[in-house]
Amino acid sequence: MSSADANSATTKKFGKGERTVPHHTQKASKFYPAYDEKQPRKTRKSIKPTKYRESLQPGAVLILLAGRFRGKRVVLLKHLDQGALLVTGPFKVNGVPLRRVNSRYVIATQTKIDISGIESSTLDKVSKPDYFVREKKSKSEKGEDAFFKQGEKPEAKKPTSARATDQKSVDKPILSAIKKQDMLASYLASNFSLRHGQRPHEMKF
Amino acid sequence: MSDKVDIKPAGWKLVEVGRVVFIRLGAHEGKLATIVEIIDPNRVLVDGPSKTEGRAVPRSAIPLSAVSLTPFVINKLPKAAGTGAVAKLWEKDEIDKKWSESSWANKRGQQERRRNLTDFERFKVMRLKKQTTFETKKALAKVKA
Repeated sequence: MSSADANSATTKKFGKGERTVPHHTQKASKFYPAYDEKQPRKTRKSIKPTKYRESLQPGAVLILLAGRFRGKRVVLLKHLDQGALLVTGPFKVNGVPLRRVNSRYVIATQTKIDISGIESSTLDKVSKPDYFVREKKSKSEKGEDAFFKQGEKPEAKKPTSARATDQKSVDKPILSAIKKQDMLASYLASNFSLRHGQRPHEMKF
Repeated sequence: MSDKVDIKPAGWKLVEVGRVVFIRLGAHEGKLATIVEIIDPNRVLVDGPSKTEGRAVPRSAIPLSAVSLTPFVINKLPKAAGTGAVAKLWEKDEIDKKWSESSWANKRGQQERRRNLTDFERFKVMRLKKQTTFETKKALAKVKA
């Protein structure tokens, strides 16, 4: 018997007539349940697409405020979903790789860099959510051998060559755009910090 | 001691009729006006009939704590002169021109400009300042050597 007709009704003959008997799972229950089963509450909210600040336009120079690269000035490439932004250093200038950052922990400046030279196909590839997913450990790293290797120094994680080429292909047109403007490269290489008497809420960026 | 004693008038800026004041507080902050009459030790009647757009101050009483005295005085301004008369003398003494040429106004303009710089422009100013100090120090070292 295949699973398709497992729950189907069967036809039975009784003397001259016949009738269809529903499958026992289709029959109404004889008893009410003693306890009410809890129904999950229906959500009345829906996930709305994030509305980004107007100053966060692709090509804008941002100042990162949190995370490992706080204080760095980076270039905004694209809006991702759920309030995330795709940024790059460029890596050669200030060591910031292609990276997702939270748009809340960022100051947008009025400085703009032309990023129209970036190929849209590479940008699309790089902005997919699974691009940034951590690689899963293989079995050998998890198993018995790994247990005995715990005391040893782990090998340093290295970026894959595919990532490096992606980084280069994204950064190349940005770097040529940066070169055109005086002092822009050293500006991006420098870190942001507040100096004496500077109040961030009164400053213009 | 000789018989003759030189007495010089003090070089103070006085609260007097005709004194041009700089308004520091209130709705007309950053504008110029002249004292028309002294009401009491703390308050004066001022009038600023400047022809420049957005620089005019209507005739009003203002506390002296809200103004700074400038070095300019409108000479021969009669006491309690009307706005028309003040405007005539204001133009004749070229108060607006004197103010715009003063180092006070220049400094204020510079501060205003600096305040409105973007992050990148601030960086450029910092760099250029460093370059100038480097050059002056180099020149100084050359002279000293």
